Amino acid sequence: MNFEDHDLERDEELVVDGPTTFPVDRREFVKLTATGLLVLFAVDPTSAGQETTRLPSGRQGYPTDVNAYLHIGSDGKVTCFVGKIEMGQGVMSSLPQLLAEELDVPLASVDIVMGDTDLCPWDMGTFGSLSIRQFGPVLRQATADARAVLLQLASERLQAPVDRLEVKAGVVSDGADPKKTVTYGQLTEGKRIERKLEGKAPLKPVKAFTIVGTSARRRDGVEKVTGKAQYAGDVVPPGGALHARVLRPPAHGAVIGQVDTTAAEKLPGVKVVRDGDLIAVLHEHRDEADKALALVKAEWTRHDPPVDDKTMYDHFLKTAGPATTAAEGGSLAEGEKLVTEVVEGTYYDSYVAHAPMEPHSAVAAVEAGKVTVWVGTQTPFPVKNQLMQALKLAADKVRVITPYVGGGFGGKSASRQAIEAARLATLTGKPVRVVFSREEEFFYDTFRPASIVKIRAGVTASKALALWDYKVYCAGERGAAQFYNIPNHRTAWTGGWSGSSGALHPFAVGPWRAPGASSNAFGRESHIDVLAAKAAVDPVEFRLKNLADPRMLRVLNAAAKKFAWTPKPAPSGRGVGVALGVDAGTYVALIAEVAVEKTTGKVRVRRVVCAQEMGVVVNPEGALQQIEGSITMGLGYTLSEEVHFKGGEVLEHNFDTYELPRFSWVPTIEAVLLDAPDIPAQGGGEPAIVPLGAAVANAIFDAVGARMDRMPMTPERVKAAMKR
Amino acid sequence: MRAVSFTLNGKPTRLTVDETRPLLWVLRDDLNLSGTKFGCGEAVCGACTVIVNNQAVRSCATPIGDVDGKQVLTIEGLAKGDRLHPIQQAFVDHVAYQCGYCTPGMIMGAYAILLKNPKATRADIVRELDSHLCRCGAHVRILKAVETAATAMKGGAR
Repeated sequence: MNFEDHDLERDEELVVDGPTTFPVDRREFVKLTATGLLVLFAVDPTSAGQETTRLPSGRQGYPTDVNAYLHIGSDGKVTCFVGKIEMGQGVMSSLPQLLAEELDVPLASVDIVMGDTDLCPWDMGTFGSLSIRQFGPVLRQATADARAVLLQLASERLQAPVDRLEVKAGVVSDGADPKKTVTYGQLTEGKRIERKLEGKAPLKPVKAFTIVGTSARRRDGVEKVTGKAQYAGDVVPPGGALHARVLRPPAHGAVIGQVDTTAAEKLPGVKVVRDGDLIAVLHEHRDEADKALALVKAEWTRHDPPVDDKTMYDHFLKTAGPATTAAEGGSLAEGEKLVTEVVEGTYYDSYVAHAPMEPHSAVAAVEAGKVTVWVGTQTPFPVKNQLMQALKLAADKVRVITPYVGGGFGGKSASRQAIEAARLATLTGKPVRVVFSREEEFFYDTFRPASIVKIRAGVTASKALALWDYKVYCAGERGAAQFYNIPNHRTAWTGGWSGSSGALHPFAVGPWRAPGASSNAFGRESHIDVLAAKAAVDPVEFRLKNLADPRMLRVLNAAAKKFAWTPKPAPSGRGVGVALGVDAGTYVALIAEVAVEKTTGKVRVRRVVCAQEMGVVVNPEGALQQIEGSITMGLGYTLSEEVHFKGGEVLEHNFDTYELPRFSWVPTIEAVLLDAPDIPAQGGGEPAIVPLGAAVANAIFDAVGARMDRMPMTPERVKAAMKR
Repeated sequence: MRAVSFTLNGKPTRLTVDETRPLLWVLRDDLNLSGTKFGCGEAVCGACTVIVNNQAVRSCATPIGDVDGKQVLTIEGLAKGDRLHPIQQAFVDHVAYQCGYCTPGMIMGAYAILLKNPKATRADIVRELDSHLCRCGAHVRILKAVETAATAMKGGAR
């Protein structure tokens, strides 16, 4: 499997090729876990996307289905080892909440070690809003099992039956004689206890939660405001690292010919390395390496596919191939008979970049035949496997450490820079740092694909949806299925949201915050509004009438209430628009209010109300941060972000042409988190970004009567739509 | 190559360097101050913002020779020991960050705004910070944090 090609909707198929050994003999690990309770988290590999780890033959090791460790030291410190990474989404703060809750220890006594392939057991990666939704239950169960072991030990120590014991802040006491106490630390002192989890201990009921559900403060604040937080590019291994700049092709698919590095080699302190296709200049200082790279002369033969950002939609229609039906019901022929009119619509979306503020960065160092790579990545373990393959090294000779990641959004699943740094460190025998320039960042980004949604739909004389024939090209299946009460429907898709460069896309495309779902929501929710407007029904009322899912009805009603929505068919001139989405198990309703400058077509989003139901909310403040971030980031794909390209050449090089949302764009954001204690915690990092484009498109229609059929909704496109 | 002398976070600093080298990389590579971040290399994102003689500058586009004889303040020099500067404290309190990569530049940008105009309004802050990019979407919290810091600093906090 190519690690760039995760498909979150098919988690159970995720298998990482190549062996991964489990760290049993590393010094620091042994030191840390020499005594104390060591709990192995065992998970069902099919349910949590976990692979089976293999140990080299002959070595005694841990069970093969280990997912993470929990360690309780004799000092009462709890350390949790997880393969997840922190990229701003806050899981280094929320995962310890789950653990502290289940174990009944103070939150401050929990440490977390993340994304280190030597210290943490295998994890497929941090994406898909899965850390809480999928890994959270594993962590809770593991912790509950650990607690059961501790209570058994306490029972022996205190000479009291387990069911009489009480735990508060890591102290176990006998309910019948509260003076009889023992701490977790005392119980584990001087012992090395290993237990494989059985998953049988009961979980704490939601109503007993005291830590989960509180807005516990994030752990990374002081480091991040003082400049002490380390990102991969900040790491300085012993002896320092050389900056490497790698020669890049002018376009994807270009083949290198003659290369002349003589001028670069004449610069003092510059080292030139060539190993097959990898040509790099190295220097102690980044800016000197930049200068050297500019002096390298290379001839390239280009093999650009005949497609650019103007012809891409025709290209997709020609090359996408047959569609797969994702959902269907009733009969489309029957539906066509029932509706008053078959209304057709086509909705286009553009390629967008991840553009994290931290470019892809890695530092690699080789010591005694072992390669250590500090990487800003969402997928440390898949990167480790790639390194093993690229360097032909055994698993115990490669270590990936993930410091803070400066934004990912799906774009840091691919980590080419790690391989380059490691190859160059191996070739030169010196530590090497590879930090992408902004131009490289755009060039190698795995863009969210441009896409097309085609819909044929209609309502009956009583304004009930009766026909929905939906086909999406190149945005994939996620978020494509409609959730309205429509008797005759079909959803079909061709071309997923990820893939290598090839016949369909001239460059790699990949997961971008809720992959493809925003493109699907733009099509679906725009078309629902088209139907509502044709029926002269208020868009909120139209949706309420045609929805049956109680969770969706609940978020829509909550958003309408918070917004103080008053029903009026669009266009009402007010500039208000609604859109719905479900993503990562979470339901979202957004209502946007916009102002459209009629002379220029410029859209200003003034206010966005979000109602979200995400099951149990682990950290409400953290959930709000993700909602605000999703809405703010979403303004980009909605209004300005668009990758221009010509064949394999990416024309975006920096933020001067690729426009990210700015302070002056930011609307008032109001969020409502709905209480849903009976539903397990769902995803929070992505859902709110999904319906934003559609909500703004619908608000533009409401403001000026122009139906937008393409994102981003730039001033030129809005003006053109107003003239249609 | 020439000798460049300046005050860095209150300390006299003297380097013999090619004076055309960018301040950003001299800070990061020569002086081991990695709090100042590389984001775009063309002065269009703000991640590398530092203060030179009380003005915010983009260190990726500032030759080291330009700071000769001047006062340079980076994110590392803002806190007094363990005591955070009011802007830093407000960023922590409002959780005005997510990934944190733009944060040092954002804080230094805010510092320059409040230095110039302690009574800066929300509109002033928006205008001045508009050239600073944040991809995670922490904008609303950053604005609140800078307003809170402005109030704290009016009360004498520094």
